[in-house]
Amino acid sequence: MNEVRLSTTPVLQRPRHLLGIEPLTAEQITFILDQAKPFQEFQRHPLKKLATLRGKTVALAFFEPSTRTRISFATAAARLGADTMNLQAESSSLKKGESLIDTVWTLEAMRPDGIVIRHSASGAPEFIARRLEIPVLNAGDGTHEHPTQALLDALTIRDRKGRLEGLNVTILGDILHSRVARSNIHLLSRFGARLTLCGPAMWIPKELECLAPNIRRVSRIEEAMQDADVVMVLRVQSERINEPPISMDDYILRYQLNSDRLRGAKPNAIVLHPGPIIRGLEIDPAVADGPQSCILEQVTNGLAVRMALLFHLVSDAPPDAPHPAKESSA
Amino acid sequence: MILITGGRVLDPASGTDAISDVLIDGNRIARVGPGISAPDAEVLNASGSIVAPGFIDLHCHLREPGQEISETIETGTRAAVAGGFTAVCCMPNTQPVNDNAAVTRSIVDRAATAAHARVWPIGAASVGSKGEALAEIAGMQDAGIVAVSDDGRPIATAKLMRQVMEYCGSLGLPVIDHCEDHSLAAGGVMREGPRSIRLGLKGIPAASESICVGRDVEIAALTGARLHIAHFSTRASLDYVRTAKAKGLAVTCEVTPHHFTLIDEDVVYDTTYKMNPPLASRHDRDALLEGLADGTVDAIATDHAPHHPASKDVEFDRAPFGVTGFETAIALALSELVHTKRISLMRLVELFTAGPGRVLGIERKLAAKSPADITIFSPEHKWTFRAADSASRSRNTPFDGRDFRGAPTATIVAGRIVYRRPAAAATA
Repeated sequence: MNEVRLSTTPVLQRPRHLLGIEPLTAEQITFILDQAKPFQEFQRHPLKKLATLRGKTVALAFFEPSTRTRISFATAAARLGADTMNLQAESSSLKKGESLIDTVWTLEAMRPDGIVIRHSASGAPEFIARRLEIPVLNAGDGTHEHPTQALLDALTIRDRKGRLEGLNVTILGDILHSRVARSNIHLLSRFGARLTLCGPAMWIPKELECLAPNIRRVSRIEEAMQDADVVMVLRVQSERINEPPISMDDYILRYQLNSDRLRGAKPNAIVLHPGPIIRGLEIDPAVADGPQSCILEQVTNGLAVRMALLFHLVSDAPPDAPHPAKESSA
Repeated sequence: MILITGGRVLDPASGTDAISDVLIDGNRIARVGPGISAPDAEVLNASGSIVAPGFIDLHCHLREPGQEISETIETGTRAAVAGGFTAVCCMPNTQPVNDNAAVTRSIVDRAATAAHARVWPIGAASVGSKGEALAEIAGMQDAGIVAVSDDGRPIATAKLMRQVMEYCGSLGLPVIDHCEDHSLAAGGVMREGPRSIRLGLKGIPAASESICVGRDVEIAALTGARLHIAHFSTRASLDYVRTAKAKGLAVTCEVTPHHFTLIDEDVVYDTTYKMNPPLASRHDRDALLEGLADGTVDAIATDHAPHHPASKDVEFDRAPFGVTGFETAIALALSELVHTKRISLMRLVELFTAGPGRVLGIERKLAAKSPADITIFSPEHKWTFRAADSASRSRNTPFDGRDFRGAPTATIVAGRIVYRRPAAAATA
């Protein structure tokens, strides 16, 4: 059996896949963030192209609509010199009834060196990782995990706060259905964060407390803001099936992050949002565009984190090779 | 003639527990007792094994007609006899649905030529199991059904349930219900709880089952008819059944080996763990163990639900519900219930014979003139289950590769040895 989890792989040995944050240790997460650091600088370089992955091909298999994550991975691959193969749900033979595994085997037959997968079914990346020889990177699966989002959030927090350890982090919104929230809960709890989950009661079920230590659930946003170092706002997903929708007016009334409510957090608190934001719904424009907002930094950091992961998982370079961005950027 | 020698005869119907011989003549049992001499008989040495009345499975899916890619009456009953079952009750969710006498007759006729075990069909309660009009229940009864059910889904409404129970009460047929409140369960793929939250899989709350059990028990009280709760999985459901029994209502229930063996925390992204009802919490599973031990549970049933490998080799969300179960049922019951000292061997035999027999109103015992349906099993035989070697056409089991202590040794249906464990048979 192939080992599919990163967790049993020593830090400096190249792991096979990135399926989620849950299997990672704090050391492994720190290693990835450290690797991403030089790639952050690199985004400001006038010539944004490395030869690190020249000749390598990364398959981007997006079985669920995605704009920002897909473009971020495609750009990260391009800036490392890799070529990409694109599969989008709308244009694929999935519409013709082909199964996931047949689609993935077809992609594999074109000999990519790694595959990035976004899928609406939780566990789909693990499903294909068990059957493929090449590295699999999870770009979001169902309501399970979105590990690269949590890593770019962590990089953003570490830049602004200087550390991840011991922060008070409040997550606002539909936690139950959020893969971003799950990955962030796993990641931040590795560093001893105190997590406050806030939203309408049916979106913050008690079982969420089992995900990690130091989780509390709060239904009043004013209470959730107290002492927060970081406020993560989740998008309100209106496309949920099988769930009776709640009143959006109610949501705005009770849970929208506006300037008044943000004043209840620590004065230097930062605001994160995985995007796409819906202005005036979960977040007030004054907050989204305000000085505490990190929303656009998150996007840039997404490139750095994804470059680090592609470099780490797809390249043939030995683990102790010099960092490509340090090497090239003069 | 067949002479079974030296086995430990366990018969819950008579309370017999003794080393004894059993002589079979034709399709009937001729004699049961020590030291039987029958020079012309074929001898089956059962020393070290248990000799029991033929095991009955109240709940399985043979997929014929219509889904022969997953199973047939021939392959399904071959797996059943390899698991020690001499009679199996097949659910009506075939294609077409067994909701009329013609389909029932086709199953009975096919079984007469192809089956290795007795096949007792269960008819649909409503036309197409759609929950609207009553099916041709009396016609199916004449053709050979032993119960009715809309299994795979609950009997849709309380009103329909009342009508079905009143009608079946007058016909003397038990009504078997798959209890699930669809509005609560819809879209769910595993039991709601910490594990479903962690895996990001949509949960089915435990209450979706017990709400429906509660409804059915109320209707059993209203109608006085016989109600059998299929494959229940929660403590709240058990409590409803226990209370109903205490009130003297004609309510019975079954549990499956996978539900008393596994729990929701065992679920991984492997579709062999996807079944309905889903694997329950430890708290609920422990209630099943209590009910099995204290007599509240009437039967162990497999809910053998074969699915072709291609249909299960998909994302968890997209896979059909169901696991195969014939060949692992006895071994799981021995491992989880008897070897752990939760129940006696006699109680185990009851759960597979007299218990399901009572539900159907069919008696099976080891006594002269009784049908020669006999299950012989070793409580000690060590073996490893290999799904690839299964007689079933399907492989959807979470127990592939599991080591077991205890296995069927031989299965006799109507005086014919239909299964003998290869090689190491009967060794303890």
